[in-house]
Amino acid sequence: MHRVRVRVVEDALDANNTIARANRDDFDRHGVTVVNVMSAPGAGKTTILERILRDGVGDLRVGVLEGDVQGSLDADRLAHLHVPVTQLNTGSGFGGECHLDANMVRSALPSVPLDEIDLLIVENVGNLVCPAEFHIGEDARIMVASVAEGDDKPGKYPLMFRTCELVVVNKIDLLEHVDFSMERFDGFLDAVHPGVDRMRMSARTGEGVGALRDWLVRLPDRAAAPA
Amino acid sequence: MHEFSIASAVVDTAVRHAAGRRVTVVTVRCGRLRQVVPDSLEFAFGILSRETVCEGARLEQEVVPARLRCSACDHEFEIDLPVFRCAACASTDVEVLTGEELEVESIEVSEEASCIA
Repeated sequence: MHRVRVRVVEDALDANNTIARANRDDFDRHGVTVVNVMSAPGAGKTTILERILRDGVGDLRVGVLEGDVQGSLDADRLAHLHVPVTQLNTGSGFGGECHLDANMVRSALPSVPLDEIDLLIVENVGNLVCPAEFHIGEDARIMVASVAEGDDKPGKYPLMFRTCELVVVNKIDLLEHVDFSMERFDGFLDAVHPGVDRMRMSARTGEGVGALRDWLVRLPDRAAAPA
Repeated sequence: MHEFSIASAVVDTAVRHAAGRRVTVVTVRCGRLRQVVPDSLEFAFGILSRETVCEGARLEQEVVPARLRCSACDHEFEIDLPVFRCAACASTDVEVLTGEELEVESIEVSEEASCIA
């Protein structure tokens, strides 16, 4: 028995990226812009979506793909907002993947009415680490951080904060109750991702939500523009 | 935590390239910006490679330093903390040269055929 070395030199996530490109081709063919929303658990992604969807996103027809480890609690919350919501569970029973990957999204696509929407909002599984590694075929990524999590998070999770196009600081209505310095947060954010778009809001009170809606309305044009 | 996801991708890649042969060593290159904890990756690899041709294989890891180049003054430097600002002129217009790698560099296989796919 003798041993030979085989040169591979392949990105470990190549398989995922290949499927992500296939997803992207499907989205492009249907003229759908896709945004991947990521955050820690409880940062307020679903509440933000409720706020955004209640009054619509301009003239865009919106669909939602809800990624959760288990259950349909988030999809149920969005059900009354009259947009197509597809629930995607990453596991069954009591465990599952802590992120969405391209293949999971691909498996859910037959349930997403791509012909009837212009913008697909994907709510990723709440997690500040793994989702950053896995492209799903999206045009843009939004990272939601809430003030209750602390102002040092960009410094602790640089990969996540570096791989997004927009950082939303949520729950600013809690600022007076928590030790969160916006200046310190911005300092960490500028160190890991200089100049990234950012906005502040309270999905609970509605403050600042309009800016995110405007950002989403303009997204299809930006995504279509050559880089 | 994401080491399990990455280890799973590493095992899949190695299995594909092994084409049925028994794998004895898998060599990966991880850039520092990927925040991979070597011990955790090794632990996850050991578990996820079970019942594949990679079972029992050694995982060799090369950690690639994070090197940046400043677009304003051309200064090249290495960072140990996630601060993407030029060490010489403080410009934030910096380009990542290395540190984002996450690749399977090579595998060592034994020529004796294995029946486990």
